[in-house]
Amino acid sequence: MPINYYIFLSIALFCIGVVGVLTRRNAIIVFMCIELMLNAVNLLLVAFSKMHYMSSVLVNPASTAGADAQIFVFFIMVVAAAEVSVGLAIIVMMYRNIHSVDINFLNRLKH
Amino acid sequence: MDNQNMTKLIYLVPLFPLIGFLINGLGRNFLSKSLSAFVGSGSVLASFIMSVLIFMEAKTPGFSVVTVKLFDFIKTAKLDIPFSFQVDQLSTLFLLIITGVGFLIHLYSSAYMKEEQPHHYARYFAYLNLFVFSMLMLVLGSNYVIMFIGWEGVGLCSYLLIGYWFKNGDYNDAAKKAFVMNRIGDLGFLLAIFWMLGQYGSTDFISIFSRAGDTAPAVLTGITLLLFVGATGKSAQIPLYTWLPDAMAGPTPVSALIHAATMVTAGIYMIARSNILYTLAPVTPMIVAVIGLATALLAATIAIRQNDIKKVLAYSTVSQLGLMFLGLGVGAYTGAVFHVMTHAFFKALLFLGAGSVIHAMHHEQDIRNMGGLKKHLPVTHLTFLAGCIAIAGIPPFSGFFSKEEILGGVFAHNIVLYIIAVFSSLLTAFYMFRLYTLTFLGKFRGTSEQEHHLHESPLAMTLPLIVLAVLAVLAGFLGIPELFSTDAHWLSNFLAPVFAESTVHQQAHVVSHSTEWMLMGGMVAATLVICFYAINKFRNYEKTGIEATGFAKVLENKWWVDEIYDAIINKPLKGFSLFLNNVVERSGVDGIVNGVGKFVHYSSRQLRWLQSGQVGSYILIMVVATVVFFIIQLFGK
Amino acid sequence: MGITVVLFWFLTALAILSALMVVVSKNPVHSVLWLIAVFFAISGHYIILNAQFLAIVNLIVYAGAIMVLFLFVIMLMNLNSDTEPQKNRWLKIAGGLAGGCLFLVIIAGLKETEMKLQVAQVKTGDIGLIENLGMVLFKDYVLPFEISSVLFLSAMVGAVVIGKKD
Repeated sequence: MPINYYIFLSIALFCIGVVGVLTRRNAIIVFMCIELMLNAVNLLLVAFSKMHYMSSVLVNPASTAGADAQIFVFFIMVVAAAEVSVGLAIIVMMYRNIHSVDINFLNRLKH
Repeated sequence: MDNQNMTKLIYLVPLFPLIGFLINGLGRNFLSKSLSAFVGSGSVLASFIMSVLIFMEAKTPGFSVVTVKLFDFIKTAKLDIPFSFQVDQLSTLFLLIITGVGFLIHLYSSAYMKEEQPHHYARYFAYLNLFVFSMLMLVLGSNYVIMFIGWEGVGLCSYLLIGYWFKNGDYNDAAKKAFVMNRIGDLGFLLAIFWMLGQYGSTDFISIFSRAGDTAPAVLTGITLLLFVGATGKSAQIPLYTWLPDAMAGPTPVSALIHAATMVTAGIYMIARSNILYTLAPVTPMIVAVIGLATALLAATIAIRQNDIKKVLAYSTVSQLGLMFLGLGVGAYTGAVFHVMTHAFFKALLFLGAGSVIHAMHHEQDIRNMGGLKKHLPVTHLTFLAGCIAIAGIPPFSGFFSKEEILGGVFAHNIVLYIIAVFSSLLTAFYMFRLYTLTFLGKFRGTSEQEHHLHESPLAMTLPLIVLAVLAVLAGFLGIPELFSTDAHWLSNFLAPVFAESTVHQQAHVVSHSTEWMLMGGMVAATLVICFYAINKFRNYEKTGIEATGFAKVLENKWWVDEIYDAIINKPLKGFSLFLNNVVERSGVDGIVNGVGKFVHYSSRQLRWLQSGQVGSYILIMVVATVVFFIIQLFGK
Repeated sequence: MGITVVLFWFLTALAILSALMVVVSKNPVHSVLWLIAVFFAISGHYIILNAQFLAIVNLIVYAGAIMVLFLFVIMLMNLNSDTEPQKNRWLKIAGGLAGGCLFLVIIAGLKETEMKLQVAQVKTGDIGLIENLGMVLFKDYVLPFEISSVLFLSAMVGAVVIGKKD
């Protein structure tokens, strides 16, 4: 599969995530769009890993050229999980205080 | 070459006054009065002795011009201006005049300024020494830049000395006026120097004068005119002469030294030094002559109705300077320099005599309140009379010889100029003898208290008077014209090498001897008649309170030149500067400066809106910025 | 056109469509469900690329744990489409525009690259297998692996501390 297709797909998903972050006011939806962006990146990393593997396995059948990228994706997922737990805790606490998840209410940071 | 031993030590001549200036200036709070006077006068005396020794060498036949380089002043790839002195006949002559007359005046000042406090006394001598130093630099410089340094220095000292009694506001104004008018002239001088640098690549006398013949006439005219502008400022010619009468606010010895004998002759020296340029320039000599003559006439007319003893002498100085410029303009260079010399003697004599009178009259300067001082001030009276006779041009006193030489040159050049010059010389005789008569003859018109205090001045003041009187009488014999005996004009022979180039280019105007005898005789006779007429008219002068009317009023008010200058120049300039202050400064410059502050204030208020606290807008800006960075990175070259 | 290619395009379409629905849905619960669909599509892509381990981990961690967590929170706050706050229309347009620009710029930037002709291997390839990945993980990346446990610890502590009712 030409690598271009994967690149376009990943970029499309990423930009949709960006639009979602900019457009939505619900904090939880924003968070979810961030997850969407992370996943787009994951997909691209895996695609690249296969691309490198492919070009190197023709030379040396026993190489593990693209493994680093997949390990990286693994760690991204690790971090995403941690981040989601903490982020949601914050949102819950915020809801407890102001009874809304509207991000415009977060301008209290200014005061 | 053993006739150059002393010449190599030429740097000592300005060095002594400079040391005197430093000692008196820095130690003015510690030195006693007699010590200050000793240091001040002694340094000038030492310079005088050196000048005499150098003059002895310069006098020997076969003496060629010597340039003594002290150090490199400005040295770049294109420009080489060394700090060097040029010793030749002209500069040694001026050295003698400056240091000799200078020493006598220092001696005189030690008694005249006795009433001052010690630190002011020392300050006076410091300034005087600085002045002598600057004047020596002026005449010794071997290029126009060193001359200009001395030029500026004498202008500065003139300002310092005119405003010596700085507690008086009028005196300060006079000092400022002198300095500003000098400055205007200096601008012309500077422009001439720049032009010379552009034209010749150097300001060295020797190198410029050797190339003067190849220069375009228009360039020569421009340069000489600009130099002449400088000379009008320094030597008080039209239109920059009004500072000189006001400069009488300074102490009388200062007026004698600076405004009679030396500083004002700087312009003459400069033109005499540049004589080849002036001879070759087509239009300038005529302009110089005409302006000199006009100044001579104007000043003489004003002098006949002045009542302050020093003002009369001041206008007389302006008038005599005009005569000297006239001589330069018609090409009688030797005559002009001769007249500088004799004028230094008798004008300094007259000023010092006036100082003696003022001292005796306890600072009274109005001649209407004087009279009959002959009995009380005998030495002063005789020397002053000698000076008057000399300036009137009565033989065999020195003024006669030098004036006749100039007038002879003028006659050979242009009859009209000659007639007007004769007229102004006759006016000179008239007002000088008016001054003499009103001051010394007749009845005493002052208060009885002043009469009690009348006494002859101390030796320190009368000795210079006597010496100068002797010089004023005898100096004429240095320049006996062809008429009386052939080849007896010592001065002309002495200065011949300096003016040799010019003489080649000038047409020899030959006036027959009989014509000369006639003119001379007629001139002397007319002068004697005027003198006796003046003495008679003013012998029985009674002080009346009547105001002058008509033409006399115009003369008494100096043709209202100062007022005209005020209206034409001062007021518009003041108005302009007020405009600049109120409009340009307030609205313009302040507006810009304050505007910057206001702009920062305003923009910060606008920028504050960015920090809205809205997270959504923050993220939006972040994304936009990222897009911009991408664009720059990917598509920017 | 092999089955792989068909599957690829199907999954691509599914992913993009679901992503759009995530952003557009009014009801947050619907958004969550559409996001889960996206995750499934991406896992499908992983399987096509023979990254088996990552496909399973993606499903378990993301779709299984993280999305469930999101659902819990939404249910906790009892959000539905009525209480959804609406953004200013202009801001929405601006946001959409910004995202679109980003998309275009990056695509355009890619035109300069030489990678167009490279190919990602599908269906086969050993590196996606769990043994090979495990070897690499525990040989070369053992330190980050251990530190990630510390990360989890801090995240847990943080979540508990923040969520405490005081």
